[in-house]
Amino acid sequence: MGIKITNVGPVSTIQDAGRTGFMAFGFQASGAMDKTAFNIANILVGNDKDESAIEMTLVGISGRFTSDAVIAITGADVSPEINGGSIPRYMAINVKEGDVLTCSFAKSGCRAYLAVQGGFYLKKVMGSYSTNIKCGIGGYMGRPLKNGDLLYFNSVSPLTGAIENRKTDIPVPPAFPVEIRAVLGPQDDYFTDGGIAALFGGEYKVTNDSDRMGIKLDGAAVESKNGVDIISDGIPLGAIQIPASGKPIIMAADRQTVGGYAKIAVVISSDMPLLAQLKPGDTLTFKRASLEEAQRAYFDGIEKINALQAKFGRLIPPPPAAAAKSGVAPQKSIMERIKKLWKG
Amino acid sequence: MTAEFLTAGDTALVMQFGNEISEALNGRVKEVKDALQARPIDGITEVVPTFRSLLIYYKPEVISFDRLVERLGGISAVGGAVSKKSKKIVHIPVAYGGVYGEDIDGVSEHTGLSIADIISIHSATEYLVYMLGFLPGFPYLGGMDKRLNAPRLKNPRTKIPEGSVGIGGEQTGIYPLASPGGWRLIGRTPVKPYDPSRTQPFLYDAGDYIKFFPIDFDEYEKIKRAVDDGSYSCRTEVR
Repeated sequence: MGIKITNVGPVSTIQDAGRTGFMAFGFQASGAMDKTAFNIANILVGNDKDESAIEMTLVGISGRFTSDAVIAITGADVSPEINGGSIPRYMAINVKEGDVLTCSFAKSGCRAYLAVQGGFYLKKVMGSYSTNIKCGIGGYMGRPLKNGDLLYFNSVSPLTGAIENRKTDIPVPPAFPVEIRAVLGPQDDYFTDGGIAALFGGEYKVTNDSDRMGIKLDGAAVESKNGVDIISDGIPLGAIQIPASGKPIIMAADRQTVGGYAKIAVVISSDMPLLAQLKPGDTLTFKRASLEEAQRAYFDGIEKINALQAKFGRLIPPPPAAAAKSGVAPQKSIMERIKKLWKG
Repeated sequence: MTAEFLTAGDTALVMQFGNEISEALNGRVKEVKDALQARPIDGITEVVPTFRSLLIYYKPEVISFDRLVERLGGISAVGGAVSKKSKKIVHIPVAYGGVYGEDIDGVSEHTGLSIADIISIHSATEYLVYMLGFLPGFPYLGGMDKRLNAPRLKNPRTKIPEGSVGIGGEQTGIYPLASPGGWRLIGRTPVKPYDPSRTQPFLYDAGDYIKFFPIDFDEYEKIKRAVDDGSYSCRTEVR
């Protein structure tokens, strides 16, 4: 069965590694904001690292399990409890039918992940479980989760043996300002030396206006040579856009695929999880990185996750190739099926 | 028109042909896009063609930046020699005016054209889809007749219905999904430029052409019903 949600927090969505192959059509990538925490949660419960999971923002979800399950919570410290007793994060946990999960406001970090063994019983839309709120597709009925939602699990009889050893070190909350590395380009030539120095010299604060589309910063304005308007082109993940105000916006998972502001630099892939954990009011500084440094850090990240997946192995076998390739799936039919399930 | 390569973080690069909006530059973009579709390069995960460049996402663990630049440079060098490619035109029905195009009177006032003229001029052009973006399936179209230029609304609508066809400044386009927007609405199409339940969710691709054809309100309803039960498909022409 699954989990009946009683308190969902400000924004909780189903995410996976993101929707690839459709950006050329204007389809944003979506996917978990903190890929590392998301991958670890899945690996701990025995899933493929990119299985569907719940991403929670600022406040973790609360709910009642309607079946036994193996879960793991990673990312922001939302002080998870089962039946009123605190449970460790970054560790696989056995829960029983009727158990109540309660999470609170994040003591540190911004986004937490809840993975369940086997993943959630949902259908991929255009190759992905990720919720795309703008288009109303993917995830759970194409929208953020609400109180009262009942999410089903794929596994009805979780493998609970020896799960107490499935745990990793809990990351230490960062000291502020957090250092975020970025590679110059593609449009750094639109900015003055002073503008570039301002970006890499000053301290920036995450504003309230930040979400899965972009993280808007307040701090020193970045000076351009002759304005920041470009002929709209592609926006990579982590692009640091400079709008007319000169205040940087870091483009995140739900960013538009194309846009008309110059991009002075791009945050390195390995530091995107750090960014995903910043709350409004948190501070950061930018440090310039070479492409080589950035890719070395990226390779290290892949190796660490692969090593973790190898260490713990998978309790849930990979789906048959045909099922995994189901690709474009009609969302309507599953929605209707789910609605019927509720009523019946 | 040799390509320039720009870094775009550790897992993407920009392949850029110039810094203007022109059919010639966009044609080069399309050539590279088509070449990559026909003969994919290992390690490329996603290609986003735009007006005058492509954003190419790649896996550096599979292909290095330098090697990728070399391979892409090879395509672009060959590009110029490739003979003129065929042209794909997607014909899209539009009910102009009335409840479907509430701003057509405003466009008429601005342009001094009669509504009949607006419809015949707007539906006479084969519009190049320079790129898709902003919304899934939202086409950035080139080639609108300058006589139709009309400024955006002073107060943008909070919700423009799905399928609306509008004019914003020198541009025309279709809203594939309900969305806020400031364009003047002149009509609406009953077809869905984007439908995730279709095996091919998008009606057109960057580099294709769109031609609108006027239908009356009865036909709108008839086509709408056919679209809903999956029995309508847009006529596409390849020349």
